[in-house]
Amino acid sequence: MLVKLISGDRPRSLILGLVLLAILVALAFAPFLFPGTRSVDTAARVCIFILLVASYDLMLGYGGIVSFAHTMFFGMGAYGVALASIHMGRGFDALLVGSVVGALAAAALALVIGLFSLRVRAIFFAMITLAVASAVAVLVSQLSGITGGEDGLSYKIPRALTSAAKYADEKVLGVRINGKLMNYYLVFFGSLILFLLLLRLVNSPFGRVLQAIRENDFRAEAIGYRVIYYRVTATCLSAVVAALAGSLFAIWLRYVGPDTTLSFEIMIDILLMVVIGGMGTMYGAVIGATLFVVAQNYLQNLLGAAEEALVDLPVLPLLLNPDRWLLWLGVLFVLSVYFFPTGIVGRLRRRG
Amino acid sequence: MANTVLETRDLTVRFGGHVAVNNVTCSFNAGELTAIVGPNGAGKTTYFNLISGQIPASGGTVHLNGRDITRDAVSVRTHLGIGRAFQLTNLFPNLSVLENVRLVIQAKLNKGFNLFSMADSHTDISLAAEAALKRVNLQDLAAQLVSELSHGNQRKLEVALLIALEPTVYMFDEPTAGMSVDEAPVVLDLIEELKDDKTRTVLLVEHKMDVIRTLADRIIVLHNGALAADGVPAEVMASDVVQEAYMGKALEDV
Repeated sequence: MLVKLISGDRPRSLILGLVLLAILVALAFAPFLFPGTRSVDTAARVCIFILLVASYDLMLGYGGIVSFAHTMFFGMGAYGVALASIHMGRGFDALLVGSVVGALAAAALALVIGLFSLRVRAIFFAMITLAVASAVAVLVSQLSGITGGEDGLSYKIPRALTSAAKYADEKVLGVRINGKLMNYYLVFFGSLILFLLLLRLVNSPFGRVLQAIRENDFRAEAIGYRVIYYRVTATCLSAVVAALAGSLFAIWLRYVGPDTTLSFEIMIDILLMVVIGGMGTMYGAVIGATLFVVAQNYLQNLLGAAEEALVDLPVLPLLLNPDRWLLWLGVLFVLSVYFFPTGIVGRLRRRG
Repeated sequence: MANTVLETRDLTVRFGGHVAVNNVTCSFNAGELTAIVGPNGAGKTTYFNLISGQIPASGGTVHLNGRDITRDAVSVRTHLGIGRAFQLTNLFPNLSVLENVRLVIQAKLNKGFNLFSMADSHTDISLAAEAALKRVNLQDLAAQLVSELSHGNQRKLEVALLIALEPTVYMFDEPTAGMSVDEAPVVLDLIEELKDDKTRTVLLVEHKMDVIRTLADRIIVLHNGALAADGVPAEVMASDVVQEAYMGKALEDV
């Protein structure tokens, strides 16, 4: 049953299995284990980025397709929810319509880009996605009448998903059972279900064909797979999941803007998370996204603490100033890519 | 023997000013093993590429069972019955040996767009793949990655992929190139089995004259991209054009 749930894709390494289990438990009980607005917000972001990075890995790690438009698809889902919530009024129907329309639009755009450019060489596709994503980002910031421009959009989500809704008078384990908690579990289970679906996809006959195409597209065609159809399908599926991740993010944040969904910085983050975690292993997305998002949110605190501890020493406190957190994040990446060229998961599996 | 399966009519391809295959009209029958010979650069592999579709023809047509397939994509031709083993080993290096063969059978059964079942739950595919591996004596290496195989074993796997496909037309491009003397017989025996079956159409590009003598029902000779000779082995080998032009040296070697 459990093996079927993870589509027979065992961690194949004891350490990896334990780490994954720890992450799953931590995320599943995050509001109770780490109470506090900031930590729960971080947990929700971890869930969403795991899903986003996993959907990117479907293309990059399994299909061998390099795309720079993943944040665009992510943004389409997010803006779908935002626009629907504004124009239809707050409600679950708006969330549903926004998510579905966002996902369909992402699929349609992915289909057009894919059919147009995947026929030729993979590098051409990468360039086209870069161009389209930049164009869309510019459009979103220019069409401020519709999209709110650089300021983005704020909107209301159903009361049942906000802290205004109370489901129990007493606290459970010191945590209020309110709409915010429900919202977290919507994000958690939404991400979990979609992640398991991706895991099934990559372990299906379709997933095997994608890997064959990644390994040798010439031969894949020669044994009877129409490579272009498989590549386009993978791109569309990946875009749909990215859009749904965006929808979850929009529901969680109650805000969308270019910086939270469309920016090129996030695209780079996604790439880093895939590479650090390990390409072509869905579990790499879990590890990469968790490490990255937690580091993004807590490295500053850690550095602050370290600075205080070393305040009497020369130079070191300057280096460990919380403002330098990006520098240390960079150092961490360089080291991890240097020591784990196949990603953390690749490294753990080789040992096991 | 008039049961034509594959036919090329005036098949031509030009690369710039160079005509690599020049107006080749030839038909291949069921139950016949045809060896394609000629010196290096004569256009043998290019002729294969035109038939299986890796290179688009500049002129002329290819027909399979009467159907014009000149404009069909490679994968479409494969489904119609053109099967090809490549001269340079051309596999999926970071997948297991078994997975390589499974992919072929999965393609044949049209299960590639099966998105939500577990690949390993298709036991029919795995069983057929294991059977194909057994025929080239690779069953014990099924779990290994292809990149870890020796060259000889990769050549065998190359042949296993074609065997697993069970096409109408089998195209072998120097199947034993680079194989050791004790490895080659496995492959040659398989080709002989195909020939003895008397229903398959087999095309074989081969340099080794002893192999051609034992296996071929017919030889065609390509020279500078054009069809220079066509006939039963003894006749073609004895013909002046072959003797003089380029077989002379090869025959001395034998």
